[in-house]
Amino acid sequence: MTPDVLRILPEVVLTVTGVLVMLADASMARAASRRSLGWLAALGVVGALCASVWQLALPAGTAFYNTVQTDAFSVFFHVVVCGIVLAAVLLSIDTLPADQHHLGEYFALMVFGAVGMCLLSSAVELLVVFIALEISSISTYVLAGYRKQTAKGPEAAIKYFLLGSFATGFLLYGIAMIFGATGTTQITEIASLIPAARSHSLVLLSFALLMVGVLFKVSAAPFHVWTPDVYEGAPSPVVALMSTAPKAGAFAVLIRLLYGAYPTLHTIWLPLLWMVAVLSMTVGNLAALRQTNVKRMLAYSSIAHAGYLLAAFAGVGLQGIAAASFYVAAYAAMNVGIFALITVAGGYEEKRALIGDFRGLVYRSPLVGGLMLFFLISLVGIPFTGGFFAKFYSFSTAMQGGAGWLVLIGLVNSGVAAAYYLRFALSVARPAASGTHAGETPRLGLAVSLAVGLAAIATLALGILPGHVLDAAHAAAQSFAAISGF
Amino acid sequence: MMNGMVPSSWYLLLSALLFTMGVVGFLIKRSLITVFMSIELMLNAVNLTFVTFAHEWHAVKGQIFVFFVMMVAAAEAAVGLAILIAIFRARGTLNVDQIDRMKL
Repeated sequence: MTPDVLRILPEVVLTVTGVLVMLADASMARAASRRSLGWLAALGVVGALCASVWQLALPAGTAFYNTVQTDAFSVFFHVVVCGIVLAAVLLSIDTLPADQHHLGEYFALMVFGAVGMCLLSSAVELLVVFIALEISSISTYVLAGYRKQTAKGPEAAIKYFLLGSFATGFLLYGIAMIFGATGTTQITEIASLIPAARSHSLVLLSFALLMVGVLFKVSAAPFHVWTPDVYEGAPSPVVALMSTAPKAGAFAVLIRLLYGAYPTLHTIWLPLLWMVAVLSMTVGNLAALRQTNVKRMLAYSSIAHAGYLLAAFAGVGLQGIAAASFYVAAYAAMNVGIFALITVAGGYEEKRALIGDFRGLVYRSPLVGGLMLFFLISLVGIPFTGGFFAKFYSFSTAMQGGAGWLVLIGLVNSGVAAAYYLRFALSVARPAASGTHAGETPRLGLAVSLAVGLAAIATLALGILPGHVLDAAHAAAQSFAAISGF
Repeated sequence: MMNGMVPSSWYLLLSALLFTMGVVGFLIKRSLITVFMSIELMLNAVNLTFVTFAHEWHAVKGQIFVFFVMMVAAAEAAVGLAILIAIFRARGTLNVDQIDRMKL
């Protein structure tokens, strides 16, 4: 018999770390440098990472009255989320101004947010899903507005906050509906009670409302309008975090909901998700084409990536879960990497934010420029990078699921996407125009180097040796199937 | 159901109405404070739904849910009002139409 608390050990480690960071912050002099708090937070996240991996040794099962479940699936997403948060914390240590006395709260919020993002992947009770979603969202609302003296910072925060709360309202109403239809909010119980539900239309309504809430969090079209504005106004290290980690958690919830709670409705949700996938890819890529601001361009590209990922759901069953999980990991690695480099090259104040501002980066700093090109290549999906294999598995899964036209649209979209990624890559690789100010050479500190190195190694490893991660993804899907009886 | 009691479908209708009012208010109101209040209205509509279903199912789970929703709404209000103050300091306005520094 496993003690319940061991099933939420990573969350416990993260919470304790966050509290310690806040306590240490309060005991420091106002003017003192708060970089050490960043290292403390990073240490805690490493601890949570180890705790998650250790959970693999536990027999799969639930705790706290069937509200939290640990299995290979939850561990997979815990590791992805902890990796992202670790990279984001390391990135912030070097790139945020160290003299700000809010910095301690910043690191604490990142760690507290990580609690929610981790919990999302192990929650099997809609109450816990809701609370985890809010823990992660409320932290990121605050982080998005961290540069509150600027004009764009609070605007990004308010847009994210209002639309996020609006979506949460729909999610909650959906939970209320499924509770009304079945009398339970436990995901596994819902699946078994849906055939006996008192009203089928109530079940359908609950499903639609839940999808609005979750698809908003993964910024899939048509629930994507907040993404570019929030990414533009939020500090780049925060964007590195919130473009990946909350989405990873939300995708985990989406998988648990679709395959865990609503497997019987798959004739309805399959075509629905295909439509969302096609819409996300097309809208994201077409809008990204006409952006001049790098962060806005990458925001639209992240919408498109959500679309590629959703294509994996066309391969219903275990294959789809495995391909989607793999995509989450690869997308996280390359997106954290590119945003880390944009932070380094663009600066905290973001004086260099347009595509043209990055001109000649390769000549100013071959390392930063070269890595930037590497991450862009991965985002395009060229072989021997994580991006290629992720797309490959996603599309081949869709193909096996009989959605050839979806794959065709996806491939056309990848071509469109290549155009704007390569436009940015060309700007990075072209020598700066003579007569213009060359700009300062970006410097890589120890912490940033670690963050970028982590992302680069992960992206490369997923491209060259995808086997291990793919095995883990398959194990994740497998463990999932054994319990929810799909 | 006892005689003279209001049938639960009325409560569900009322909460659906409140939820719709919240959605409409969110979409058409121009003041950020009112928009924020519309969200609170949506959450309270959900609470009413939960209590009604908890009564129907004789399940205490729905009532527990309401407590958590209220707690989270309080946390959201704290963060939301803080962001509102930050935006008022930065811009001097709370009109939705003037918070438009970033556009498609």
